[in-house]
Amino acid sequence: MKRVYVNEKWCIGCHLCEYNCAFANSGQADMVKALKGRDIFPRIRVEESGNINFAVSCRHCTDPICAKSCISGAISVKDGAVCIDRDKCVGCLTCVLVCPYGALSQGEHGAVQKCELCLQNTCGEPACVKGCPNRAIVYEER
Amino acid sequence: MTEQNLKQYVIIGNGVAAAGSIEGIRSADTTGQITVISQEVHPVYCRPLISYYLEGKTDLQRMQYRSADFYDKMGCQVLYGRIATKLDTAAQTVTLDDGTTLPYDELCIAAGSAPFVPPINGLDTVPDKFTFMTLDDTLALEQTIRPDSRVLIIGAGLIGLKCAEGLQGRVGSITVCDLSDRVLSSILDAECAALMQQRLEANGIHFMLGDTVQSFAGHTANMQSGCTVDFDVLVLAVGVRPNTSLLQNAAGAVERGILVDEHMATVLPHIYAAGDCTQVEDVSCGTKRVLAIMPNAYMQGYCAGSRMAGGSAVFDNAIPMNSIGFFGLHAMTAGSYDGEMYEERTADTLKRLFIRDNRLVGYILVGAVDRAGIYTALIRNQTPLDTLDFDLLKKIPTPAAFTPADRRKIFGGEI
Ligand SMILES: Cc1cc2nc3c(=O)[nH]c(=O)nc-3n(C[C@H](O)[C@H](O)[C@H](O)COP(=O)(O)OP(=O)(O)OC[C@H]3O[C@@H](n4cnc5c(N)ncnc54)[C@H](O)[C@@H]3O)c2cc1C
Repeated sequence: MKRVYVNEKWCIGCHLCEYNCAFANSGQADMVKALKGRDIFPRIRVEESGNINFAVSCRHCTDPICAKSCISGAISVKDGAVCIDRDKCVGCLTCVLVCPYGALSQGEHGAVQKCELCLQNTCGEPACVKGCPNRAIVYEER
Repeated sequence: MTEQNLKQYVIIGNGVAAAGSIEGIRSADTTGQITVISQEVHPVYCRPLISYYLEGKTDLQRMQYRSADFYDKMGCQVLYGRIATKLDTAAQTVTLDDGTTLPYDELCIAAGSAPFVPPINGLDTVPDKFTFMTLDDTLALEQTIRPDSRVLIIGAGLIGLKCAEGLQGRVGSITVCDLSDRVLSSILDAECAALMQQRLEANGIHFMLGDTVQSFAGHTANMQSGCTVDFDVLVLAVGVRPNTSLLQNAAGAVERGILVDEHMATVLPHIYAAGDCTQVEDVSCGTKRVLAIMPNAYMQGYCAGSRMAGGSAVFDNAIPMNSIGFFGLHAMTAGSYDGEMYEERTADTLKRLFIRDNRLVGYILVGAVDRAGIYTALIRNQTPLDTLDFDLLKKIPTPAAFTPADRRKIFGGEI
């Protein structure tokens, strides 16, 4: 299955992936309207320490502990992608308690959000990858 | 294969451990026959969501744990409203409350726990009293409450407080009493408990801690401290007890819960157990404990199912862990608290990490819980802390503190 992979040495820490993610999942047509002057809730996050940067999003684990732990039955695996039914999610954050990579977060309206590879929005392929200026994240089969 | 040759699987209970067990069986055997004995007359639902149901944050449809066609898809027969009453380990049969017997090749006990109802004087004189464990408890409670009801909850543990949160706004007043001097005493220390209590109090929950009911007379509770509380509705949430009697009566090994190994096998042949009715090793401290939490129920169930069907699943890294929130204030806890403490605090957040022998063994986080799972994994995997940048990690849970080799593996490959 295709996943988002990180090339740590190419990441310059520009955070564009975070903006592209937040925009792709905003449901809006205009990036300025969607993001300007607002707190953004991206599902990918640039980690920084010393001179290393890299973007972390859901690894779509083959045996995801978040899905096994969810107390709402809201997380499931669909064709290999780990998806969350935000309608079922009650925001208890048990998935945040168990994800070893810190890849899930509380969204704007209480329910948890996570990378769904832009398969659930109109983008159709990961917006973070499409907008990365440096191929520091790629979407491919490995 | 003919019908006679198909393996007969029987599962006692129909909670999340049972659902895990069904999925575990099907991971290794797609044809064997599965029969589920379900005391409750509902398909598997999300038990922890009963308080969210009262709060209006979910509904009967959305709180289903699996899709409507789950049992069909999994090829299971469910016997609703039936109770398993006896095991015959020689004949390999289970007897039900209607007298029928079911043969099994492999059996899983996923019977969960039952609320403990303390023998308080005069309890029988209280007209409206409830426990808070099942959907039916919840629906009955909902039927009884009125906008002006005075609710008394005995027990300031997770279940009592979740019930209080669920009822807030739907009743006149809520008083919670507990013999302990703090809320959530099984998972929080005094200071962290105080933060949670403040949030609950700010939202109108009234507490009587270090005090409990000595006797009842109808709608009045006489407290140990000498004062009295008048109430309309009583909720008993003092604790739960693992349902172990079936196995105990069959001469299986039981302490507080049913003893199981890392395959969820009990000491009796062909009998497995999973979920709240069991006791497993807590790897954060090496002792065997009942870990009555949903993630463990599912993972134990899955492991049991896999093994029953000849699969190779192992579950050997259980730890206690909880994510709890009240009125928007979240706390997370994991592992055990016996170790050197690292602490960070702000006006409204508290972080306590417990470190022993180069391992993170436990933590308590209140208010700031982002990415706590990174800490949880260190406990669960017993990661030696000198193999990563723990000075960074203790301040911020970030994958940037992992070794370059681990980062390459995690972010550059399939995991
Ligand atoms: C209000 C509340 C809030 C909770 N919140 C959380 C939370 O936030 N996070 C968390 O991790 N956990 C939480 N829990 C705990 C969680 O619900 C349990 O750990 C989990 O449901 C255990 O699953 P189980 O399948 O082992 O047992 P159960 O869900 O108890 O299911 C066992 C089933 O077996 C049936 N049964 C028992 N004996 C028999 C018999 N002899 N024959 C037939 N059927 C039988 C019972 O009726 C029951 O339906 C909460 C629990 C409650 C009550």
